[in-house]
Formats: sequence, C-alpha cells, structure tokens
Amino acid sequence: MTSNAVRIGAEPGKLARRTILTVVGVVFAIPIISMMEFTFRDGLGGGYTLEHWVALFDPEQNSKYRQLFQAVQNSFVLAVVTVTIILFVLLPTMILVQLQFPKLRRVLEFICIIPITVPAIVLVVGLAPVYGIVVRVFGGSVWTLAFAYGITVLPYAYRAIQASITSVDMTTLSEAARSLGAGWLNVLWRVLLPNLRRGILAASLISVAVVLGEYTIASLLNRQNLQTALVQVSKSDPYAAVIFALLALAFVFLLLLLIGRVGSTRPGRKTT
Amino acid sequence: MSDTIQQAPGATVDFVDVIKDFAGQRALSGVNLSVAPGEFVALLGPSGCGKTTALRALSGLELVDGGSILIDGVDVVNVPVNKRDMGMVFQSYSLFPHLTTIENVEFGLRMRKVAASERRRRASETLELVGLSHLEGRYAHQLSGGQQQRVALARALVTRPRVLLLDEPLSALDAKVRVQLRDEIRRIQTDLGITTLFVTHDQEEALAVADRVAVMRDGNIEQIGTPEELYMSPANPFVADFVGLSNHVNAEHVGGTVTVLGTRLPLLGERQPDGPVTALIRPEDVEFAVEGIPATVVASSFLGSLRRTQVRVADGLILSIQHEVGEHPAPGDPVHIMLRGRPVSASPRV
Repeated sequence: MTSNAVRIGAEPGKLARRTILTVVGVVFAIPIISMMEFTFRDGLGGGYTLEHWVALFDPEQNSKYRQLFQAVQNSFVLAVVTVTIILFVLLPTMILVQLQFPKLRRVLEFICIIPITVPAIVLVVGLAPVYGIVVRVFGGSVWTLAFAYGITVLPYAYRAIQASITSVDMTTLSEAARSLGAGWLNVLWRVLLPNLRRGILAASLISVAVVLGEYTIASLLNRQNLQTALVQVSKSDPYAAVIFALLALAFVFLLLLLIGRVGSTRPGRKTT
Repeated sequence: MSDTIQQAPGATVDFVDVIKDFAGQRALSGVNLSVAPGEFVALLGPSGCGKTTALRALSGLELVDGGSILIDGVDVVNVPVNKRDMGMVFQSYSLFPHLTTIENVEFGLRMRKVAASERRRRASETLELVGLSHLEGRYAHQLSGGQQQRVALARALVTRPRVLLLDEPLSALDAKVRVQLRDEIRRIQTDLGITTLFVTHDQEEALAVADRVAVMRDGNIEQIGTPEELYMSPANPFVADFVGLSNHVNAEHVGGTVTVLGTRLPLLGERQPDGPVTALIRPEDVEFAVEGIPATVVASSFLGSLRRTQVRVADGLILSIQHEVGEHPAPGDPVHIMLRGRPVSASPRV
C-alpha cells in the first residue's frame, strides 16, 4: 500500500500493530517473568539459587512432593478420560445429527453451549447429589471427575468439531463412499474421520487444556487434581507451587501452539 | 480399450409404479420407466419434478414408499446402497479431500478388497480413460472443477458397476467445459456400453447426449422418447414448452385444426375439445416472407450459427423467429412473417 489515504476498516499500520503486540506481550510477560524470578529466589535475604528446581527432582525430598506428582498424574488421567468422552460420545453424536437428523443441529448446539453460561460453582451444586450416585456405581476414583469435565469442555469441543464439520460436505462424501460400496464403519473410518481430523485434534487439545486448568469442581467435590494440589502445596512451599504453575502454563501454551498449527495445515499430506 | 474396464453388457433397469413421499409431499407418484441394456437415458425436468429423487431411489440413497425397482429383473428396493453396485457421480464435488486422485479412484476397489497391485493398475487405466493419468498424485483442491468431475467419473466406473448414475454432474461447470465433458461422458458410455441414467434440468444437455429422454413433472414421467420425438412430436404442451423454445400464441382449435394468426395448422398430440387454445410455435417454424403477417422488428441477437429476432405483430404479440445469420433485421424495420405448416402443440386457454 503506497497511498497515504486512510482506509476505513483496514487493518492497523505496522507501528500500531507493534505497539499493540508489545503492550499485550508485556501484560502477559510481567507475571510470568515475575513467577520465574520468584522460583530462583534464595529466601527473603536476596540472591538467587537453583535449589527450588533441583529439590523437585531430588529423590530424597520425593515424599514432600509426592502429593503434587500424584495430582499431576490425576490431571493427566482426567484429561485422557475427558478426551475419550468427547471422542466417543460427542463426536459420533455430532456426526449422526449432521447426517441423519439435521433438524436437531440447533438443539444440539444449544445444549452444548449451555455449560459456558453456568458458573462452575453453580454446576457443582447440581453435581454434588449426582456424584453421590456416581460414587456408588463407579467408586470414588479420581477419574470419575471426568464425567463433570466432559460437560464443562462441551462448548469448546463442540465449536472445534463443528468448524470442521461445516467445512466439509459430509453428506455428499458419505453418500459417495456408500455408493462405492463402503459400509457405515468404512464411511466413518476412511472418509469422515480423516476429513474431520483438524477439528477432532483441536477439540482434544483444548479439552486437555481446560481440564488441566480446572480448580472449582475438583476442589468442591473434594478431589485432587493439579490445581487443587497447587493451592495446597503453595501454603507450605510456595516455590514448588509456582514452579508447577509455570510448567503447567508452558505445557498448555505448547498445546495451544499445536492447535494453531493443526488448524493452519491443509488436509493434503503432501503437495505437488 | 483395455479389457479390465470393458463392461459386461449393461444391465436393464425397470421402475415399476415407484412411489416416494417426503413428509407428506409426493416426490414420485408411480413412476414407470424401462431402460434397455447399454442405453443412455436422461431424466429431464424443472427443479422439484422428482428426477433426482428417481435417481437416488435407484442408487439406494432414498428408500421408496411403494413399487419396485428391478435391475436385470431383480428387485433391489431392499438392497442397501453399498451392495447395489452402482457408479454415481454427484452434482457437487464429491472427491475425498484427504486422498489423491488415484487413491480416490481406488476407493471402490479397496472396499471390494481388491489386491493393492491390481487396484493401482485398474485405477490407472480408468484415469487414462478420462484423460487424467498425469494428475494421479494431485488432491481435489489442486484440480479444476472439470478435472474433479472426471476423476469422480473414473471413480464411479472403476468398479465396473452395473449402472452408471449421473446426478447433474455438469451443472457446476462453466459452459465450455460442460460441453466438452458432456461429449466425453457420451463417448466413454458408448465405449463401455454401460447402462446410464443422467439427471439434468438442461434440455440442451439432455437432447445432446441421451438415446432417450424422460421428461418429468410433479413426480410423473410426462413423455419418454428419443430427442427427435420429444422435439418434433411432444405429447403435451408441457413437454413442448420444456423442450426447446416456443412462442405462446392465442389460437382457436376446431376438430384437430388450430388457427394461429390466420394460418391453419394440424394439432399435435392428444385430441382435445374445440375452443380457444394457446398454441406453442417453435421459433424455427416462423419465417420472414415477402407477403404475410405484417410485423415490426423489436430486437435481433446473433447466436453464432443462427440469429434470433423478436418481432411485434399487430395486436402487440411478440414472436421469436429463428433464421439464418445472413439476414440482418434492424430494430424498427417493417417486415412480413408467415408460419410454416408444421403441426403444433396447444393447450386449452382458460
């Protein structure tokens, strides 16, 4: 663009873009850098040390942090079960609605969006008696919390998968596949899933991110996950809590980066 | 022609009193149609006439509510889509976006558990048949619309289906590609001798490629015949109006003779009561004359191999005339016209 004319509604200029980026970057960077700086502090006396990081992985102090490591493990189990619920319940439902019951699309969308409008604390009030039954049926293991998480991640997972569904003409593709001799399983496995790959990956990754950051439900239902353990540990060892918070942030950041990458690649495996 | 894609003699297809309803709306009301082995039949009609429904009923994508559909004499209404052994090309681009051209063509063979080497060989041969062997490794998004439909055709043909179903495969393409591909479909169909049903709303397309054309309206077949029969002797005014262009002219009918603009012409089609009618006159059945009905030229358009001119006759009626490009009537010119003595279709005027 060489002209000096002001373009209404056009994207901001280079300088404006850099300024916005810098301001936003600083807003995000300051707390993270401060956290980082905090983890290297040597008590209140000043000076820096690697001691707090080393301590985490020191076998002798293992017992001290066992609870924290257990919580990380719990959170990963929860993430895996939640993603499984999304893949085996939400995804087939969405495909079925799209292909066989298109009139139900709005209803499904509405249902899936509801959880975002209900605060977690309100959700827990309803979930508490439900979990009375869940515990009786499935026992009180941590993974049962994933039933609740399966609901809280619905809005995010739904959006991600729906974006993929609308970008592909699933009806024609499945009709073409069936006319070529494919049964429903083959249609699903060889035609639909490969074309919904991006949405499915994005939905899974964002579900993992949401589960790893969940505190309210776990805390109020007396379950231990990463976030509740962090809060607990922070009371006795603030350094360890901050280190884990940093690691969790970094992990989720990587996940989101991956979602971005997944979203921008073309469906073709190779291009000529 | 390679013998791997050589077709066994095409199958017969029979629709017997086929009925289909959509939420109380009748889409097919007792359709009867017989297609001979290796025949190319076009289903032609305005949108909503049931032509696509008929094709989808044959493919198994729609279940029928009554009647039977026979392939080689065997009723297939209860056979699921994936067992009917039909090749189908869709109106919208339907290539699998995650597969290359050749993988798309191989899909049907893979479903039939054909060995990998055999699969590749047959897919390559079929791609060659549609002239795209050089694009084997491309993805759908790297192909033009015409190329995508060719691949879709190859994909439908590679399994040597008993019947080829074409659901408006050309409607998304631009005019030139459409004519090319249309001719090519006809060539391949003739070579393979495969029984083919072709759905289109474009009468020119139907007349150009089909052995016989079935004109449909409101879930019924109004007339089935060769393109010449439909054009020259339409069974009713709907067919006459839908196939080819027509001038609608008020006329009088008495005992099988229609008097149009003072000219007496024989009535075409079924007998009907005497009285006022609307006659359908083809533009090529009107000509300029030294003497005859006086008219004034309104507009004239050059159409390549011929010219079509609109003239206004005494009572304000506008007539379209088709004539040679050598004649150059200018708007406002006074001319005389006359009707050729061909039989006309006419419907009672209300």
